Amino acid sequence: MRSLSCLAKGENEEMTEKENSRNCVLITGRTQAQTKGMHLGKTGDLYARAVSVAVMHPEMFKSMGVEAGCTLRLRTESGEISVRSESDPGLPADMVFIPMGPVANKLVGTDTGGCGMPSFKGIQVEVAPE
Amino acid sequence: MKNVDSVVCTFCGCLCDDIRVSSKDDGTIEIKGACANGKGHMEEYDPSPVSPTLRGEPVSWEKAIGEAASILRNARSPLFYGLSSTASEAQRKCVTLADSIGAVIDTTSSVCHGPTGIAMQTFGEPTCSLGEAMNRADLLLFWGCNPMVAHSRHFTRYSLMPKGRFVPEGRKGRRAVLVDVRETPSAKAVDRFLRVKQGYDYEVLSALRALVQGKRMDAGEVGGIPREELVSLAEEMKGCRYGVAFFGMGLTMTRGKDLNVGQYFSLVRDLNAHTRFSVIAMRGHGNVAGADAVLTWQTGYPFATSLAGGVPVYGPGEFTAVDMLARHEADAALIVASDPKAHFPAEAAAWLDSIPHIVIDPVFPLTAQGATVYLPGAQYGVDAEGTYYRMDGVPIRTRAFRERQRPTDEEIFDRLLEEVRR
Repeated sequence: MRSLSCLAKGENEEMTEKENSRNCVLITGRTQAQTKGMHLGKTGDLYARAVSVAVMHPEMFKSMGVEAGCTLRLRTESGEISVRSESDPGLPADMVFIPMGPVANKLVGTDTGGCGMPSFKGIQVEVAPE
Repeated sequence: MKNVDSVVCTFCGCLCDDIRVSSKDDGTIEIKGACANGKGHMEEYDPSPVSPTLRGEPVSWEKAIGEAASILRNARSPLFYGLSSTASEAQRKCVTLADSIGAVIDTTSSVCHGPTGIAMQTFGEPTCSLGEAMNRADLLLFWGCNPMVAHSRHFTRYSLMPKGRFVPEGRKGRRAVLVDVRETPSAKAVDRFLRVKQGYDYEVLSALRALVQGKRMDAGEVGGIPREELVSLAEEMKGCRYGVAFFGMGLTMTRGKDLNVGQYFSLVRDLNAHTRFSVIAMRGHGNVAGADAVLTWQTGYPFATSLAGGVPVYGPGEFTAVDMLARHEADAALIVASDPKAHFPAEAAAWLDSIPHIVIDPVFPLTAQGATVYLPGAQYGVDAEGTYYRMDGVPIRTRAFRERQRPTDEEIFDRLLEEVRR
């Protein structure tokens, strides 16, 4: 995968084709639904649904010309996923939140900077409606 | 109907020990006092005996233990990982097993508060117990954590709401500040929410340290927080009677990691020149603090420890599970009461999936899918008793309220040890 530094608008053919894609910051974390799904079993549908969602600020949806609930494609240096979306006005405008779990972890790299901890928060991510 | 009082919920590091469980004659149970997370943890676990599996097929315990021991004996670079949702008695046996075959042993701390452990070793940790927080704290600082979701009774039982010996008014006698990158449900419960720009925690903490030390700040804002907000927070912290600073993954998983935590510890240390201030890490899993404690008293180090050379060698970044798996250095793994296939970066999880691996867990985690051997033990705090360490390092004996029909993790380790040594 190409470096995200190449993905700035106008510098990449694919990006210029998709005017409504955005460069955001990804953080992952715990949610009540993810925890409940965990108790009921991580192999169950509830857990799978709870961790397969990307949350953004309502203004970000507006600027992309789409509505919350649409399917978003997210791409980082480590991987790519497509998930449904939700909005949350409590997030900063340029941030994407995904509940911790196997879906978010497709976007997380293994570099720990020598401390053992991967960067689960603060990942550069390209977001586009699918 | 049979009631068991003072049951300890083993889900998270709060280890609430005031739960009442009523077992009805029809076999159902009613749980009173636990949060939704705790109730789910205790209610959804079915203590019925479950067969171990070998490559997904049910087998006898004898066969499963034999195969698991064979994997461990034949491995050249075995990795033991997890341990945070099992009792300290089992953790101790696990270290013995790791030592007997020269394994690397790492806990879920490495993707949780591992950076906190590194910061403790580098900067020291001016800490206190949750009891002190409850009885004394008139100022609570929460940084990069979301207790309303992850530690649901923390506010009501230990920090924000309870009436304490020196805080008889309870909530009215305390001020609470939350610093985070997003406005979480916890933001609604505190008096003041400060939004830090993602990745700028270290800078904000540095500015606060400078202000607490009486230095002048010329910048109009740091990390998205206006100067006047930082100045008033520094004054509020210096002026409180007893402050407690809690923190979570917002510091440990973000750029800066152990350095963020080190700066947080140093801020608390600096504040002690003006008032009394302590810091407590919001530990996630029920006994992750116990895993750190057991590894430390057994090997000298809290996580990321190699026993391959016959003496313990500590190496975050080298002997931490994500690094070992990403570099394809582990050729077999023993996963205890944790779920790395759900919580590790996909590339690391994929390597784990490709090597022989044994899973010990009372419930079927994602990691058990594709496991070579799966060993389902009892769940401490439901049908087994053992020692768990609360997030502030206080050991608590868990109680069982259901009849045990499965082996405990401790017994599983005993059988593995016996078989490996044969």
